[in-house]
Amino acid sequence: MIERSPFFDALTYFAMLVGLVIVVLPFWIVIVAASQSLQEVSRVPISLLPSDQLWINLQEAWARADLGPKMVNSFIVAIGVTVGKITLAAMSAFAIVFFNFKARMICFWLIFITLMLPLEVRIVPTYSIAANALLPFQVILDTFGITWLVQQLSGIQIALNWNLLNSHAGLILPLVATATGTFLYRQFFMTIPDELAEASKMDGASAMEFFWDVLIPLSRTNMLALATIMFVGSWNSYLWPLLITTDRANFGTVVMQLKALIPNMNGTPDWNVTMAGALIIMLPPLLVVAFMQRWFVRGLISRDK
Amino acid sequence: MERRAVYRNKVLPWLLIGPQLILVLVFFYWPTSQALYWAFTLEQPWGGGNAWAGFDNFLYIFRDNRYWATVLRSAFYALAATGLSMLVALTLASFVDRALKGTKLFQSVFIWPYAIAAPAAGVAFRFIFSPEAGLIGGINTIWPGIWDPATNAAHALAMVIICHAWLGIGYNFVFFLAALQMIPKSLSEAGAMDGARPFQRMMDLQLPLIAPTAFFLLIMNIISSFTDSFGLIDTMTEGGPIGQTEVMVYKIYIDGFKGLDYSGAAAQSIILMLLVISLTFVQFKWVERRVHYN
Repeated sequence: MIERSPFFDALTYFAMLVGLVIVVLPFWIVIVAASQSLQEVSRVPISLLPSDQLWINLQEAWARADLGPKMVNSFIVAIGVTVGKITLAAMSAFAIVFFNFKARMICFWLIFITLMLPLEVRIVPTYSIAANALLPFQVILDTFGITWLVQQLSGIQIALNWNLLNSHAGLILPLVATATGTFLYRQFFMTIPDELAEASKMDGASAMEFFWDVLIPLSRTNMLALATIMFVGSWNSYLWPLLITTDRANFGTVVMQLKALIPNMNGTPDWNVTMAGALIIMLPPLLVVAFMQRWFVRGLISRDK
Repeated sequence: MERRAVYRNKVLPWLLIGPQLILVLVFFYWPTSQALYWAFTLEQPWGGGNAWAGFDNFLYIFRDNRYWATVLRSAFYALAATGLSMLVALTLASFVDRALKGTKLFQSVFIWPYAIAAPAAGVAFRFIFSPEAGLIGGINTIWPGIWDPATNAAHALAMVIICHAWLGIGYNFVFFLAALQMIPKSLSEAGAMDGARPFQRMMDLQLPLIAPTAFFLLIMNIISSFTDSFGLIDTMTEGGPIGQTEVMVYKIYIDGFKGLDYSGAAAQSIILMLLVISLTFVQFKWVERRVHYN
């Protein structure tokens, strides 16, 4: 910037320090409270200095919320959703940009419009479809009389049923479709010169070879950017896991466990354990964002523009 | 788009796009049409017959004062959280944009809130704002009972809004900073040569130039305040005290899953969906116009 006056520099640092307090204070309180004993954490107002109980509280929170298996579930879901989204987004965008088929713009819009249908507005019916993910196909078969025909011919009653409740597939699949990912990949593929594809064709490479050997390596930056925001998003998802898992013990994720750590109205107000749990649970996505910052920022910005 | 499409193949593109299309149809379009159907019928929670109800479900909701209170509350929530978050983020971004020594460190920290799960932030802020412990509760030792989100609806709502705004700082900051950095240095320098002070340059030069980004963020934030508030409400107040922090999404969840009123929940979903769709359209229209500017 232009002004180099000491006053403006001081003002800038002051403003940024205030911002730092606003942003960091909640993290600091979580760490401080997580390191205190029950007595210290109950003191009002809370002491802003960390104490020495961090490890004990972390262990207590880990045991109380049964975080071990839940961590495994959270990683399965976050990695599954991230890998799934990237794979499907790349494949769909490849089909839309590089193939000549009539319905490609319709397909693109079908995917793109889902942006306007967030999970929150279709929770009840999405839950009911998760109870039998094959229901739409059954209805199609019934409507066209195929069920009847098959039964007449072979005596077999077609009854498609795939229950996704309380399963990893159920936690992952409904979150895998991605309009933003497809859109981002499409934008990227469109910057690739035609000549590249033509050249690869002339070298005798098939479409899939071109996709695998040329496009995928070229899109590495894109992929890292997408992976970061998608990992964070799926690790932090709450509503869908909450709905689909009644069997918390086996299929719960860590974010769902937070509520179980909040002190009971009439119980011990051991917020130190609660904050220790919150610390464990917020750490993985925070580390991803901190280490992948460069990619993450790029992904975020190119995502919506 | 037209110059593309170098490959011709009848099967391959469908194999590539098929999985995504199936997921989209099963988990987006099927439930959406189901919601539409339920909104116009009277659904029995445990299956069985359902009778055509026309607009009765909607009329029932519109006559419900509790629903209108929820709508107003959601609108207030959305505007307050959006305004607060964008204001803080813009202020931080414009100081970071001055790129003094050490700014990079601040810059990376300001992004952190984006990484935090809403329920985790909810639990943390609930402790910070707890009346009998934490940080803010401390003022109760000076003025007993002055702060109590557990029984005071205004306090509870303020607590949730502040937490939502905090969560949005990182996202808004990234976009604002990118937009500010896109402005050519020479423009600011020219402004300075003409004698414009930093604040004046901010008002007359930078703000108009980042207006498209600000508008984009405004809509994004409002949409997310309407849709993403569930995790926060559920961990911080559960809609209480006595339903006073219930927002639209939370009411759909409660009516649908606790009250087993599928028709009512579906009708409310449709209304929320129309809201999201119209906001998105406003955004697209603006983006379209912005493209013509450039």
